Amino acid sequence: MTWIAIRMLTGDRQKFFGLLFGVAFSALLISQQLTIFINLIERGATAVYNIPTANIWVMDPVSRTPDVALPMPPTALDKVRSVNGVEWASPLLRSGATVRTPEGDLEGVTVVGVDDATLIGLPKKFIQGSREALYEPDAVIIDSVGAAKLFPEGFDPIGVRLELNDRRAVIRGIVDVDPSFTSQVILYTRYSNALAFVPGTRNRMSFILASASDGLTAKQVTTRITEATGLKARTREEFARDGVDFIIENTGIPVNFGITVALGFIVGVAIVGLTFSLFIRDNIKQFGALKAIGVTNNKIRMMVAAQALLVGLVGYGIGILLAAIFIASGAANSPDFKGFYTPWEIPVLTAFVVITMILITGWLALRSVLKTEPAEVFR
Amino acid sequence: MSDKRTAITINGIVKEFSAGSQMIRVLHGIDAEIRSGELTYLVGESGSGKTTMISIIAGILYPTDGSVSVFGQDIYSLSDNDLVRFRLSNIGFIFQQYNLIPTLTAAENASVPLVAAGMKRDEAVERGRAMLDKLNIADQADKLPRQLSGGQQQRVAIARALVHEPRLVVCDEPTAALDAKSGRRVMDLLREVALAPERTVIIVTHDNRIFDLADRILVMEDGRITHDGEEMPDH
Ligand SMILES: Nc1ncnc2c1ncn2[C@@H]1O[C@H](COP(=O)(O)OP(=O)(O)OP(=O)(O)O)[C@@H](O)[C@H]1O
Ligand SMILES: [Mg+2]
Repeated sequence: MTWIAIRMLTGDRQKFFGLLFGVAFSALLISQQLTIFINLIERGATAVYNIPTANIWVMDPVSRTPDVALPMPPTALDKVRSVNGVEWASPLLRSGATVRTPEGDLEGVTVVGVDDATLIGLPKKFIQGSREALYEPDAVIIDSVGAAKLFPEGFDPIGVRLELNDRRAVIRGIVDVDPSFTSQVILYTRYSNALAFVPGTRNRMSFILASASDGLTAKQVTTRITEATGLKARTREEFARDGVDFIIENTGIPVNFGITVALGFIVGVAIVGLTFSLFIRDNIKQFGALKAIGVTNNKIRMMVAAQALLVGLVGYGIGILLAAIFIASGAANSPDFKGFYTPWEIPVLTAFVVITMILITGWLALRSVLKTEPAEVFR
Repeated sequence: MSDKRTAITINGIVKEFSAGSQMIRVLHGIDAEIRSGELTYLVGESGSGKTTMISIIAGILYPTDGSVSVFGQDIYSLSDNDLVRFRLSNIGFIFQQYNLIPTLTAAENASVPLVAAGMKRDEAVERGRAMLDKLNIADQADKLPRQLSGGQQQRVAIARALVHEPRLVVCDEPTAALDAKSGRRVMDLLREVALAPERTVIIVTHDNRIFDLADRILVMEDGRITHDGEEMPDH
């Protein structure tokens, strides 16, 4: 009977494609939006993950994320270095600034000052230039997404002079990093240079990057640092999570994406439900005839289940595939989607949504078939 | 005659439908016997209860009272599922509106009862095709119902009703949707192909153009059988 059920459905092109469209549309919208959402909020953690060597971040007790930080006095660095269990510690400055390009455009940037001696905090992957270039006078290194934002396509920014907070800065290299949540241009420079670029009071050290000694976990060392210095210390994972949580708590993003996902589900249920009901109604006489001829209600259930399953599987496949292609090609071609990937949870979650959708609509459709009395076929 | 044995015994059949708070009695205690090897017509004015009666005989409508025995089986003492199975192996249905599945070919439509009984697709469709051949529409076997004329569609429906060789065939107004000529042709064919010594064929009809094909005519009036004979009453 299954082949009959399938043929009943696939032979009715309009409704079959309507059903596939409904499921695929929902699956596409939901998985694509969820993927963008996850990737976007994970950008709250990129500033942390872009520095893989440091497994501990130390900061003022009121600091919350890489971009929401109260600077500490320079003496804090020695205090942290003297804590038992700290292998090394180096300063990091993060501060907002404005640059003026040669064309006169004004752009907000994040200046990251890394330790003069070790350059800890500087990304590893260079697209142009090298770490040593940072020792040249007024040298800054720009991130690739920022370079694409500041300069026209195909333009080579190496050697370009920028006005950074009214001081001269020269681009000496390009690094490949995942952009931050705000996609602000990032300019890396030596700590001593950064102090000159970013005016301010005595306290300008945003963070202290540190590493736990062998045999100790980062978590153990953060506890010791806090006990010894009164500063806030977070492991890399904790601080990455803090950045993500900050976005979730302080932006309308979760609500907005939530609304879109809910709409995708509702529209999907509406399209699939209506089309499925129409299909059943068009075939209700045939179903009645089958029941009269001698098809049990159980077999009828199987038939409708087979139809729903087919629609669910194919529609889901199309939707997920399109979403994955969208994300992959976006990640490859657009700086806005740089580093985007599809976490495995997304297809699984979408599958559950599609299953729910199919169960609801299939059940609604089935009800009217089961209710049909075989005697009605003689009417 | 030896080949005309009693196949169906109808005993005190009462059927009531609820209309709001009231119960309307549509069949008033019907007794009848229907023999195999015969074409039995059930005729009567609109609303006299023909469809209700044939539905009860065919095991698709529970009577309010009374019993129906088909080939010795008291069908309404069966469980729901057993009754469905009984219909599947013993009864062929022909409907006024054909009720063919629009996306299946003629041969596939004709194979439906075999498929429902669990036969493999290829074999079932082959048998459906062979049945279409007996009904002289083998050349239409691969067409969809909408590509066929009404008379051809009804012949596909007849093939579907006969493909599993049921012992009882029931038809409600099989020619009502057809013009006189194709109605006549379909009935001639039905008589020729369906009628067999071991088979009972019951046809509900208004269509006085085909009364001459009946072996026996039961006339219903207001939920009662008022005439039983080889021909229509004269008045
Ligand atoms: N499901 C039902 N609910 C209520 N009343 C019904 C139902 N089915 C039939 N009836 C009533 O029972 C009576 C007999 O109906 P039935 O369909 O058996 O007549 P019929 O002889 O087949 O008529 P026709 O020639 O018009 O098909 C009618 O008055 C009809 O209104
Ligand atoms: Mg009727």
